[in-house]
Amino acid sequence: MSTVAESTLVKFDNVSFSYGNTPILKGANLAIPRGQVVAIMGGSGSGKTTLLRLIGGEIRPTAGTVHVAGEVVHELSRNALFTMRRKMGMLFQFGALFTDLSVFDNVAFQMREHSNLPEDMIRDLVLMKLHAVGLRGAHHLMPVELSGGMARRVALARSIALDPMLMMFDEPFTGLDPISLSVIGSLIRRLTDALGMTSILVTHDVQESLQIVDHVYFLADGKIVAHGTPDEVRQSDAPFVHQFIHGEVDGPVPFHYQARAYADDLGIQSGGN
Amino acid sequence: MQRTVMDFWVGVFVMAGIGALLILGLKVGNLTSYQGGDSYALLGNFENIGGLKIRAPVKSAGVVVGRVANIEFSLETYDAVVTLSMDSRYRFPKDTFASILTSGLLGEQYVGLLPGGDEAMLEDGERFIKTNSAMVLEEMIGRFLFNKAAGD
Amino acid sequence: MDVILIKQTAAVIQRIGHRTINSIWRLGCASHFILLVLLKSWTSFARPRLITREIYYAGVMSLVIILVSGLFVGLVLGLQGYETLQKFGSESAVGTLVALSLVRELGPVVAGLLFASRAGSAMTAEIGLMKATEQLSAMGMMAVDPVARVVAPKFWAGVFSMPLLAAMFSVMGVFGGYLVTVVVIGVDEGSFWSQMQNAVDFRYDIVNGVIKSCCFGVVITAIAVFEGFDAPPTAEGVSMATTRTVVTSSLAILGLDFVLTAFMFRGVA
Repeated sequence: MSTVAESTLVKFDNVSFSYGNTPILKGANLAIPRGQVVAIMGGSGSGKTTLLRLIGGEIRPTAGTVHVAGEVVHELSRNALFTMRRKMGMLFQFGALFTDLSVFDNVAFQMREHSNLPEDMIRDLVLMKLHAVGLRGAHHLMPVELSGGMARRVALARSIALDPMLMMFDEPFTGLDPISLSVIGSLIRRLTDALGMTSILVTHDVQESLQIVDHVYFLADGKIVAHGTPDEVRQSDAPFVHQFIHGEVDGPVPFHYQARAYADDLGIQSGGN
Repeated sequence: MQRTVMDFWVGVFVMAGIGALLILGLKVGNLTSYQGGDSYALLGNFENIGGLKIRAPVKSAGVVVGRVANIEFSLETYDAVVTLSMDSRYRFPKDTFASILTSGLLGEQYVGLLPGGDEAMLEDGERFIKTNSAMVLEEMIGRFLFNKAAGD
Repeated sequence: MDVILIKQTAAVIQRIGHRTINSIWRLGCASHFILLVLLKSWTSFARPRLITREIYYAGVMSLVIILVSGLFVGLVLGLQGYETLQKFGSESAVGTLVALSLVRELGPVVAGLLFASRAGSAMTAEIGLMKATEQLSAMGMMAVDPVARVVAPKFWAGVFSMPLLAAMFSVMGVFGGYLVTVVVIGVDEGSFWSQMQNAVDFRYDIVNGVIKSCCFGVVITAIAVFEGFDAPPTAEGVSMATTRTVVTSSLAILGLDFVLTAFMFRGVA
């Protein structure tokens, strides 16, 4: 498609989305170039995960279009969408490993569903993927026997099983100890470069993600409010970015939820009785 | 290993289930005496069928040879028309005597067939010529008292 | 005063209307979902191993409770039946009583109730938890349809297991009745079996019982998989959906049993 530059893998064109009457996105625009690691940051409930679900075609935008590799996602037929999803990988917040399958079978899942590879070749591939995340020795364990960080690494191995062109990470750093957190962070960077993927991180972990990404988008109030490279972002004095990076209590994102004047609510003024 | 254990138990389960169905059919039910599609119909007019019900057995010399398939009231003859579904292995002469009998004093009612001596056999859809109605207790008692009174 | 009364009445009527519309809407959702499951079933038939696994969890895991309950129901039926029939001097008909009650009603119904609370609730919980932990979404993102891969095999496994379980329940019940009346009390064994075989008709009693249990199997598993798939993805949502599965399918079994009985045994003996 001519409107999408060759180097751009994912492009949001004025995308809006609402759950019922609750608007989540109100005309978001962003472009993600191939081969980069891009972070999308924003407060809780700002619609970051919604962005990923729009890319994956799980939900349809109420207005605007989402392009992935030059195709409009919500116009794809069901089969075309499933074909496209085979080229995407997604790491869910808590890994979402299949609890009834072993680590090995989890990683092998997609290969068995989508290919007719012989079992010994699947075995080699699975061990390679597990080796890449440093868990080749854990292939016989069940998901319940894994720690949070290990589970997330297995899920990462599972999502790169078919060498996707696009990886999406939904809050990859949540609930991890500092060591696991660095491990996941460096894995994202290394795998993106080694496999020639493009990675999108949705996160609110500022420090870890600024170390590994090429570009950052800030999402607030359903729109992209700022973006730039990590260095630009660190130096930025835009009020929202400053508040977010430094974790200040009050600022453009107010501490108080919208309310009437405090005095009114307490009935201090003469109007109340 | 895990897989083979699971397969084994599923196999046991399916076999036990089919076994249970077979036991129900053969030991609990009457599948052995159940006649499939091979049956023919015979009709009989009875003045009074008493408590005869659909599916009641048809017996000859105590052997079940068919079942009551249908009971209707005839507006032409003003009596009951009983359709019997007969096992096609058993054939009866034209002058067979059909009567409604009771097993035991208060047991279920059934149709009893007493074969005659005719050479020709009853064909599908034909009628019994000679029938005998059910005994109704009140009539029996009434007749007994009447006879008793007459005898005195 | 009158205005308030009218308003209250209107509110009550409104609530009834709202409830009605809601339940019809839910029923529509459920039917649509089951239709979807049926349409996507070919994957499970192409890969019978998926169904085998579910038969293990739905059928084999329910075996113990079904067999033990069947045995005890039969023991009690035999004991009570003997107590009553003995007063009329027809204690040899106890076999008939036990067999007919089990084959026609208790087998399908009680096995159905047990199946709903043992296997149905487990199905709802498993699907609901897979949804809550994003396993279903993950599967969808891996271009594998969770309805075809997870839901359809469970559905068919339930439909297949239920009649077998009901038959086993009935057989265990008859065996229990035999134990207590023939072995313990001493009713004549010959007349126990012969009276039973005389009274139990293959077509009308046994086949109808099996048809009943098949219907219950479809209804229970349909409710279980729908509630699981429809559950809000939270711990509370899954637990409520599990409860709803047991309550709804138990009521559905009892209601459907009445309807089926009315159709099957009307005007017969």
